[in-house]
Amino acid sequence: MDIRIALAGNPDCGKTTLFNSLTGARQYVGNWPGVTVEKKEGKLKNHNDVTITDLPGIYSLSPYTLEEVVARNYLVGERPDVILNIVDGTNLERNLYLSTQLMELGIPVVVAINMMDVVHKNGDKIDTRELGRALGCPVLEISALNSEGTMEAAEAAIKAAKGGSFVPMHTFSGSVEHTIAHIEEAAVHALPEPQQRWYAIKLFERDEKVMEQLKLSDTVLSHIESDIAAIEAELDDDAEAIITNERYVYIGELVKACYRKKSAGKMSTSDKIDTVITNRILALPIFVAVMWLVYTISIGTIGDWTVGFMNDTLFGEWIIPGVTAALEGWGVADWLVSLVADGIIGGVGAVLGFVPQMLILFILLAMLEDCGYMARVAFIMDRIFRKFGLSGKSFIPMLVATGCGVPGIMASRTIEQDRDRKMTIMTTGFIPCGAKMPIVGLIAGALFGGSSWVATAAYFIGVGAVIVSGIILKKTRAFAGDPAPFVMELPAYHSPVASNVLRATWERGWSFIKRAGTVILAASVIIWVLNSLSFEGGFHYITEEMGGASILEVLGSFIAVLFVPLGFGNWQAAVATVLGLVAKEEVVGVFGSLSSMADADLAFELVDAADSVGLAVIGQEFFGGSKLAAFSFLIFNLLCAPCFAAMGAIKREMNNGKWTWFAIGYMCVFAYAISLIVYQLGLLVGGVFTVWTAVAVAVLLVLVYLLLRRNPYEKLN
Amino acid sequence: MRTLRDLKTGESSRVVKLHGEGAVKRRIMDMGITRGVEVYVRKLAPLGDPIELTVRGYELSIRKADAENIEIE
Repeated sequence: MDIRIALAGNPDCGKTTLFNSLTGARQYVGNWPGVTVEKKEGKLKNHNDVTITDLPGIYSLSPYTLEEVVARNYLVGERPDVILNIVDGTNLERNLYLSTQLMELGIPVVVAINMMDVVHKNGDKIDTRELGRALGCPVLEISALNSEGTMEAAEAAIKAAKGGSFVPMHTFSGSVEHTIAHIEEAAVHALPEPQQRWYAIKLFERDEKVMEQLKLSDTVLSHIESDIAAIEAELDDDAEAIITNERYVYIGELVKACYRKKSAGKMSTSDKIDTVITNRILALPIFVAVMWLVYTISIGTIGDWTVGFMNDTLFGEWIIPGVTAALEGWGVADWLVSLVADGIIGGVGAVLGFVPQMLILFILLAMLEDCGYMARVAFIMDRIFRKFGLSGKSFIPMLVATGCGVPGIMASRTIEQDRDRKMTIMTTGFIPCGAKMPIVGLIAGALFGGSSWVATAAYFIGVGAVIVSGIILKKTRAFAGDPAPFVMELPAYHSPVASNVLRATWERGWSFIKRAGTVILAASVIIWVLNSLSFEGGFHYITEEMGGASILEVLGSFIAVLFVPLGFGNWQAAVATVLGLVAKEEVVGVFGSLSSMADADLAFELVDAADSVGLAVIGQEFFGGSKLAAFSFLIFNLLCAPCFAAMGAIKREMNNGKWTWFAIGYMCVFAYAISLIVYQLGLLVGGVFTVWTAVAVAVLLVLVYLLLRRNPYEKLN
Repeated sequence: MRTLRDLKTGESSRVVKLHGEGAVKRRIMDMGITRGVEVYVRKLAPLGDPIELTVRGYELSIRKADAENIEIE
C-alpha cells in the first residue's frame, strides 16, 4: 500500500532539514498548482512506497496567507494518510497551536519534537509521554540536524497511517462546543465523519473559503449565524478570537503539565547576539557592513571575476572560437557556424556567464536566511520600504540588482508575502545594472562631454522609478486587498546548516539554468535570424559579399516610428534597443558598428576610455547632436524591458505567464511614458509646442493622478 | 484605552483585548497575542518602527500601527 506523509510545521522549525534527512537526494521540486509557493516531494529512504510531501511552513490554517491556503487545500482536498507534525521544542507554545488545528482534520497525526539537543543543552525538560497522552497521538523526540530519531518518527507515521482516522482529544469550553455541535448537525453531517469537526470549527470562525466551498443554503447559514452571534455576545469577543483564545488556553495548560524550563530569565546565546546585532545604535552600521560584504563578494571582486572569466575567457576565448574552428574545419556552411557560435552559444553563453556569480550570491543569501539574519534585515528596513508597497526584504534584491538584475530578481525568493515579492520582481529591473553602465558611458561621452552627472542621474531615475512604481502599483487592482501583515517572527540565531545552504543554492541555480536552456535559447535564435538574414535581393544570409538590410533593420525602421515622439526615431536606435534585449551593453556595439566608425569593439574601447571626442560621432549621427534626444534614449533603455536573462528570471520567479508579461509590459509602458514626458517637456522649455507636447502633459497628469489618488481598494475603517 | 504602542522598551503588560479585524488581526492572534497573555517590549527598530516583542517565549516583530489595535492593562 502506498503511503503519503505530509510534513507540516511552523517556519524555521527545522522542517527542511528533516525533509532532507528523510528523503536524501530523491526529491522533486516544483510549485503548487497556480501559485509561486514551492512544492517539494520525495520518497522516504529505503521505502519506495512512502511519499513525503513538504508543506509550506505555516503558523496556522487560517484562510489569509497563500502558504496557509495551499497547505490546507492539500490537507483537506488530498487527505494524506498521515501528518508528521514537526514542532520546535524550544518554542513549544506557539508550535503546538498549529498542532491543535492539524489534529482536527481527522487525519492521523504524529508529533515530532525537534531541536531536542538544544532543549537538553538548556537543561529544559519535555515530558513527551504525558504530552502524547494528552494529545492522543504518538509524540517523539528528534534532532533533525543530527538525524537523531528522524527515521523512528517516519516509522511511527507509517504505523499511524495504517491505524485509520483520528479523533482529536482537545475540546473547547462548554458553550463553544455546544455551538460547534449545533453547526455540525445543521450543516456538515453529510460529510464523512472524521472531517465534520474541522468544517464545523471553520464555519464557526466564519471562514469565507469554507463557506464558499460548502454552498450552504441561506436558511442554514442564517441559522448558524444566529448561533454564532449568540455566543459572541455571551463571551464578548468575535468568533475567530474565541477559538484562537481557547486554543492557546488549552496549550497553556498542556505546556504547564509537560514542560519544565530550567532557568527563566537567563539570556540565551541567541539573545546575546541579538542585543548587539539589532541594537539601536549598532544595527545600522552592522547592516551596512553585512550588505557591503554580500555586495563585494557576489558583485564586486569574486563575482565580477567569475563573470569576466565566463564571458570573456570561457565563452569568448575558448568555447566560441573553438566551436567556430571545429565547425569550419568540418566544412559546415558559414551561416550555420554563425547560428551555432554567435546565435546559440553567444546568446545562451551571455546568460550562463552569470551562473557562477549567482551561485555565490545564493550561498550568501541562503546563509543569511538560515542563520536568521534575513528576518532582521526586514525588521530594520521595513519602515522605509513599506511606503512603496515593498517589503523590508526588498532591499537585498535592489542592492544586488545594481550589479546584475538576474540574481537580484531571483533574490526576491526570500520574500514570503506574495504581493511584496511580485512588486519587488516588477521594480527590481529598474535599478541600473552593471550592463547598463556602458550605455550610460556612451551617452555621457557622446553628448555630455563625459559628465559624471549622467551616471548619477541614471541611479536617481532608477530609484525614482522603483518608488513611483511602488506607489502607483500598490493602488491598482492587481495589488489590492488587505496589506500583507508585517507580523513576523524573529527566529533565534543558529549557525547555518551546510547541506541546507548548498541544496537551496543548487535548486535556485539549476532552475535558472533550465530557463536559459529553453526561453533564452529560443529568444537568442530568433534575434540571430532577424539580425543575420535579409530579404533584400532575394532571401539570403548576410555576408561581406552579399549585404543588404537585415530583417531586423527593416523591422527597426517600422519600430522607429514609435520612437519619433521620444526624439530618437531612427532605425539604428530602434535596432540598438531591440538588441539590448540580448544584453544591455550590446547597445554600444550596435551604435559602434552602425556609425561611420563601423566598429563595435572600437565603440566599447572609447566608452571604456571615456573618450568623449571619439564618441561625439555617435552623438552627431544618431541623435543629431541633441542632448535631449540622447537623454530620452538613455531613460528608455534604462527602464524598458530588461535583457532576456532578466526576463527569464522574472518568468522563473513569477511562475506565471500573465504576470511575467504584465511585468515586462509595465516596464515598457513606464519607460515610454517617462521618456515622452522628459523629451517633450524639454522641447517645450525650448519653445517647441506640438500635438505631442499636449500628449506628454496629459501623460504627466495621469501619472501624477495615479501617484496622488486615494487608494480605491483600501478598506475604510 | 492603553495600547501596546504606549509601552516603552523594557516594559511589559497583559493583553486585554484585540481590536481591528481581518487578516492582520487573525495573524496577530495566530502568533500568540491573545487575551491575557503577557507581552514584553524588547526593542525598537533602528528607524523607530516596527517593535520587537517577547511573547510566549519567542520574539515577534509588529508595526506600531498594528500595536495600536492591541489593548493592554
